[in-house]
Amino acid sequence: MYRQAKHDRRLIMEHNGRSDFDLPFLRALNEEDVAVPASLQRESLDLPSLPEREVVKHYVNLSQMNYGVDNGLYPLGSCTMKFNPKYADHLASLPSANCIHPYQGEETVQGALQIMYQLEQALCEISGMDAVTLQPAAGAHGEFTGMLLTKAYHVSRGEDRDEVVVPDSAHGTNPASAAMAGYRVVEIPSSNDGSVDLEALKAALSERTAALMITNPNTLGIFENEIQQIAKLVHDSGALLYYDGANLNAVMGRTTPGKMDFDIVHFNLHKTFATPHGGGGPGAGPVGVKERIAPFLPVPRVVMRDSKYALDYDRPESIGKVRSYYGNFAVLLRAYAYILRKGGDGLKDASDRAVLNSNYLKHQLMDVYPLPFRELRKHEFVVSAKPLKDEKGIRAFDVAKRLLDYGYHAPTVYFPALVEEALMIEPTETETKETLDEFAAVMKHIASEDPEIVRSAPHNTAVGKVDEVYAAKEAILSYRAFKKRGAST
Amino acid sequence: MSQETEMLAALGLSSLDELFTDVPEAVRIDGLRLPPGRSELEVIRDIKTILAKNLTADDHPCFLGAGVSHHFIPAAVRSIVGRSEFLTSYTPYQPEISQGMLQALFEYQSYIAELTGLDAVNSSNYDASTALGEAATMCFRLNEKRRFLIPEALSWEKKSVLNNYVLGPKLEIVEYGYDPNTGELDLEDLRSKVDPDTCGVYVEVPNLFGVMDSQAPFLKKEFPEAALVVGVDPISLGILKAPGDYGADIVIGEGQSLGIDMNFGGPLLGIFACRQEHVRKMPGRVIGMTRDANGERAFCMTLQTREQHIRRSKATSNICTNEALMAVTAIVYLSLLGKEGLEGLAKVNVARAKRLMTLIGEIEGFTSPVFEGSHFNEFVVRTPMRPEKLNRLLLKHGIIGGLPLAAHVPRMDHHMLFATTEMHSDADQDALLRALKEVV
Repeated sequence: MYRQAKHDRRLIMEHNGRSDFDLPFLRALNEEDVAVPASLQRESLDLPSLPEREVVKHYVNLSQMNYGVDNGLYPLGSCTMKFNPKYADHLASLPSANCIHPYQGEETVQGALQIMYQLEQALCEISGMDAVTLQPAAGAHGEFTGMLLTKAYHVSRGEDRDEVVVPDSAHGTNPASAAMAGYRVVEIPSSNDGSVDLEALKAALSERTAALMITNPNTLGIFENEIQQIAKLVHDSGALLYYDGANLNAVMGRTTPGKMDFDIVHFNLHKTFATPHGGGGPGAGPVGVKERIAPFLPVPRVVMRDSKYALDYDRPESIGKVRSYYGNFAVLLRAYAYILRKGGDGLKDASDRAVLNSNYLKHQLMDVYPLPFRELRKHEFVVSAKPLKDEKGIRAFDVAKRLLDYGYHAPTVYFPALVEEALMIEPTETETKETLDEFAAVMKHIASEDPEIVRSAPHNTAVGKVDEVYAAKEAILSYRAFKKRGAST
Repeated sequence: MSQETEMLAALGLSSLDELFTDVPEAVRIDGLRLPPGRSELEVIRDIKTILAKNLTADDHPCFLGAGVSHHFIPAAVRSIVGRSEFLTSYTPYQPEISQGMLQALFEYQSYIAELTGLDAVNSSNYDASTALGEAATMCFRLNEKRRFLIPEALSWEKKSVLNNYVLGPKLEIVEYGYDPNTGELDLEDLRSKVDPDTCGVYVEVPNLFGVMDSQAPFLKKEFPEAALVVGVDPISLGILKAPGDYGADIVIGEGQSLGIDMNFGGPLLGIFACRQEHVRKMPGRVIGMTRDANGERAFCMTLQTREQHIRRSKATSNICTNEALMAVTAIVYLSLLGKEGLEGLAKVNVARAKRLMTLIGEIEGFTSPVFEGSHFNEFVVRTPMRPEKLNRLLLKHGIIGGLPLAAHVPRMDHHMLFATTEMHSDADQDALLRALKEVV
């Protein structure tokens, strides 16, 4: 059985030693050359000093108390935790990629600009859109950019639309991004098969509607097969249709947001295009648009002039910038490498296999964990632990924690809220049938285990069940704050 | 039977196409018009060839700064941050199996808390510009006022990002000037613009001109009703007073200098810290210290009721994916430097800038530094020719020059911002000086 490493839990600042860091100039430093205004003189700096040996030991030990895709199955629904190929990391580690300054002259960064230009082209083809910006740093940042574009588009037409419609099954970032851009959010309920309710949509749309934000397939893994009617309703009301690309991994080479008549789409390169998630980031959230929205894209655009790549800032209708510089280049480069390696056929194959794996695993689990709504799913599916809860008092939360004991990351739980005791599972295309079979067997085994063992899980991780209520009550976010409270923790 | 056929058979299907019958025919496509896949060998070879067209700061002394700068990164940083367990993990939603990432992020928050003098730190924003945008909207949440003051001498990119971030709460952005002699903020001008509806005042230390503004520590006393937001280069905090000690309510900054590659401008690290009493109004993920079922120390994400996945349209921010791995990079880097290392590095940066700005000032035709204030590792030079032309000439000498300031600050057509750090030997600085003499 799986057993995670468990090391000493002292913080780095609770260790003592002496740093062996050194720099040229340091020993010959003349204090007279270091003038700091009297009002800004630092009085104390309470940081530890440790030799490299101790620092390396500390963080290698911490890494052993962490679980990544490289350790095993990570079926976290909506997050597309596929394997991150190593050639992409290798390329991003080259000085010719990571040792360039964003303000270098165009003539000195032709390689970087070429990669960005070609990645934009590839993303246009994959999404069926006409133009792409690579600037947004993450999916939610792409959504925010999309909302700013929506606003700029309507304003350019002399329209003042102030509402954005989202289904109740949408990712939380959708309503949050719309609100950040100043929109009032109108949530509509799902129909009884888990897809967009056309009647509810009709009732929500008006001359105040700026956009409808949806993901297709939706968060239940269900393809919105009435997408054409949805698009027509939205466009007839004068609003734009926004595609949350979090689930793009389901449909590459089968359909495109462009073909489905979406106007704006964001990509999560750290999901669909296999770049590592880094414990929560960095990601990259490029945004693709149809031609009529292209004039509003952030500056600069990467363009080609006289067979040289250039950065075009002369875009009078642009929304300006959503972050400094041009985007998370090290992530963009990895995604570009992945797309080259896979090619058009390989990307389609990735989606096909993601959907096959998902449906296969769903099929293996359905008799113990029922599947609400229709059967055919795309890259992910949501099953329910409600029978287990009713019969044995085992909740989705408990199943998730018990899975950790068997060396699997847990699925997403309690989302979307319309499924009781939801377990949202996304195996991705990079797992073998063997892995899926083993996982399914463990899921079923958990259902038959002593409920007390399951409810008190996890037992084999670095720490036992973590007290999240206590964390929120105390709100200790730093060692400084911890010391002020007194060492009660 | 292949695995694929076996799995399809289990589903009662005979082809992959049958998995897509729910996609209406009208919206189907027949594959992607992209080149076929290629071997790893070819991909690496092709991309290396493309990347080789870039000039790097490794091979050419580079004097660019303004948010991103070239610093030394100890080898141990890459070795640790490249660990699969960190690199390939997701947001630590399952704390029991993610203690390593959670503790590292808590330690990052702890170091930034110490450097900034504020107890509450989030585990990262995208970059300094988006942290500034989030800081402005947080000021509005703190006091429900709508005027936010920023320096005229601020990167135009930050101004543009800020304008987009304040569209929601409809804040009014007002600029205050700088003293043309010192390069510090113009206090008279600022006083004339702060009004009863002012939610916050933003000041950078060091500022766009590289000047460590000696007036920043007096702003909270001047404007006690408005939130004080201070933008920092974290390395400078090795020698500069913690903004929390002079009344800052929020500290933001660009953390790229903490061991993160320049990466053509991304990923970066947006630092965000605030006073403990404001923590529930703060944007972004935070890691808290807690205990496990056995009473042992543990860490988890906390205060999530501020966040989008719980609060949806009422969240303090939409941020989800952040720059966690960059925060881990920063904490490993800071741990390797230690207290003396960080202090020494800050001093070396000041001394290197002093040498270069003084020697440029001795060259006929150049004014350097333009401002009398104390500089950290950047300074403004007045050039005898257009900065863009000067940079083209410097490039012929194998040098990546400074940043022309015209795009950022009005009336600065002949002004350049030079940055120099521990990366530049005397020989590198002298090469720039020789080239400057030759090209004018």
